Amino acid sequence: MKFRTFIWFVGPSLFLMALFIALPLYSVLVGSFYNTYDVREMVEEETCTAGFLAQTCTTTMVSRPVFGEDGRVQTVTEFVGWTSYARVLEPARAWEAVRALDYRALMQINFWAALRFTLMFTLVTLPLVICMGLAIALAVNNAAKSIRGPIIFVSLLPFIITPVIGSLSIYWLFVGDGILTRGIEAWLQRDIAMFAQAWTIELLMLFYRVWHVAPFAFVIFYAGLQTVNQDTLESAIIDGASRWDRLRYVIVPHLMPLIVFIALIHLMDAYRVFEEIVGFRAQAHVISLQWLTYDLLSPDDAGNRAYSRANASAMLTMVGIVILLIPLLRRTWRDHKGSSH
Amino acid sequence: MFVKRLALAGAVSIAATAAHAECSFQNETPVTMLSAAFEAWVAVTDAMAACGNFSPELDQEFRTKQPEGFAASPSLYQLGGVSNGTITPLLNAGTIRPLDDLIADYGQNLTPNQLIQIDGQTMAVAMMVNTQHLMYRTDILADLGLDVPTTWEEVLTAAAAIQEAGVVDYPLGATMMSGWNLAQDFVNMHSGFGGTFVNPDNTPNVNTEAGLAALDMMMRMTEYMDPEYLVSDSTYVQQQFQQGRIAMANLWASRAGAMNDAAESQVVGLIGTAAAPLAMEGGAPSTTLWWDGIVVASNISDEEAANAFRLAMEGINPATVQAAPDAAIWLIPGYEPNEMSQGAIASAIATPAPPSYPSTTQMGLMHSALGNELTAFFTGAVSAEVALAAVEAAYTVAAQEAGLLE
Repeated sequence: MKFRTFIWFVGPSLFLMALFIALPLYSVLVGSFYNTYDVREMVEEETCTAGFLAQTCTTTMVSRPVFGEDGRVQTVTEFVGWTSYARVLEPARAWEAVRALDYRALMQINFWAALRFTLMFTLVTLPLVICMGLAIALAVNNAAKSIRGPIIFVSLLPFIITPVIGSLSIYWLFVGDGILTRGIEAWLQRDIAMFAQAWTIELLMLFYRVWHVAPFAFVIFYAGLQTVNQDTLESAIIDGASRWDRLRYVIVPHLMPLIVFIALIHLMDAYRVFEEIVGFRAQAHVISLQWLTYDLLSPDDAGNRAYSRANASAMLTMVGIVILLIPLLRRTWRDHKGSSH
Repeated sequence: MFVKRLALAGAVSIAATAAHAECSFQNETPVTMLSAAFEAWVAVTDAMAACGNFSPELDQEFRTKQPEGFAASPSLYQLGGVSNGTITPLLNAGTIRPLDDLIADYGQNLTPNQLIQIDGQTMAVAMMVNTQHLMYRTDILADLGLDVPTTWEEVLTAAAAIQEAGVVDYPLGATMMSGWNLAQDFVNMHSGFGGTFVNPDNTPNVNTEAGLAALDMMMRMTEYMDPEYLVSDSTYVQQQFQQGRIAMANLWASRAGAMNDAAESQVVGLIGTAAAPLAMEGGAPSTTLWWDGIVVASNISDEEAANAFRLAMEGINPATVQAAPDAAIWLIPGYEPNEMSQGAIASAIATPAPPSYPSTTQMGLMHSALGNELTAFFTGAVSAEVALAAVEAAYTVAAQEAGLLE
């Protein structure tokens, strides 16, 4: 293809990628190095507020924003360098905890606690999603043609549910006297509180994510299974290969590019785990990196937001995803180069 | 009823249609309003809608939307419903206007107690007060021969007796969901022990005797609570009461009405209210006083503001109180306290009186720090001292970013 034609083809998508991906990323990067705050002054202020019977008035020194001549609050934007990153990572405190081999102290720093859970969540769900997806795909592929349609439909249902709604339904099934908690209590003859400690919450989150994403892997694998070379399979049978051998030496190698693809997508998705934390109200026990950014960005009653730290936390999340993806991307790149020459 | 359910479910906009209530004038200019979605606001906005041309937005996420909405020019809303916690960002940004002239023209029905004044200027008009106070099962306390507790120590003793008798799942409930609710419970208890939160020089002041005493008391309470208390918000505690699963809780007065709602409550007529318990001898009830009221945007024309304010006065006049007497503890003339409001009033007029929740930027930062850092203490990960030190550290970083501390 001529270079000119090529540019005309990819130009629009390059432009959109720059507009919607590169530009926002750049603004987040810049934002993480700057901090903006209101100029303030201390003034004595008399505040009268409503009591039940009478007004109560108090006079206190308060810090108030200063208004400029245009009637707007004056703000200062300062270059703070890596300060926001340091405030998120707390390297000194973290290093002290690592040196003292004090795991609990390290987990007291929000970022490291969030990183611990996010990594655990990502790496545990990945093999489970791939194995579950493959297992369902194989089962459907071997099912009688007449019932395949309904089975595929039913297996896809969890994937169609909106993540927040899905996690909320799981939460309601288990919280307090939810019907499933009641059921388990009746079965085990003991009191159960699923949301009172971290490990049960994490278990529910892992279960929920695998349940939700396995259908996606299933659909991809099922499509892949339709393209397995039947001649190779038949010759393998003639050579006396067992079902397991055929799976291991014929089917899985054939599906390998799809496994890498699903792993890529899943790593990116799972590293941004967020809905489970919100849906399960898990922030007391478990937080994720994405939730940390969200929390920094949420205004409190007085309207304060930690923009700079939120930007830093978002950048760190992105760096984490890139690091996780490197091995898989290298593999894809190698395969790509291998096939084109 | 249907509208009320929707509103309580949160994040619901109700397009007002001309209702049949009386209105003293026909509103010609379109007026918009953004407020919280609880029962009292439904009553007020319904009354205002009777005048026509009024589109209220009742949304529990109002605190996120209000600062941006009012900062627009012209403002997206002429009127806002705020509380003493959420008025701060509007005051700080200067997006609400002084109301003194408007009150002189249209505010004949207002009592001085309703005026929220800052440096002599009235910035908001309050319509109701809210506070957390003790709610208890009158039947259970009577059956077990227990007096209504007046201090937290007595609450714990009573809780132990109720536990012993095994009449409910858990003797105590508390709004201790991590985040805003947990922080508010600490604010109440800490105030009860005479603690303050921020020093005059903006440095934090919670890692103190009062702070430790408050955490210790809260931890002792949790022994009598549902172990899932860190996900328990106001609605959860309200439902625990309604389903007869708890016997006592320090809960918002605005939730009291729901206890006698036969459609959803199994304990109609069985809930009593009393002042928030004392944390220490000679202290104030461990609670804070809140008000809810109306503000007017500054980024609109004076005519629009006058019209909107006139309409707002229709919403908070005695007719509204008559139509919904149990929706809130109204500050509006004509309100007669009922059985369920005794606890809130007893809390409010106690001597020494509990403090009003301070509406300052520092308190916003402190509230967030408390909500995020105290959970580690309740999950057992750290000691009270470490948790309070973490609160102070988190507050300090946030205050530095906000330009409050060097």
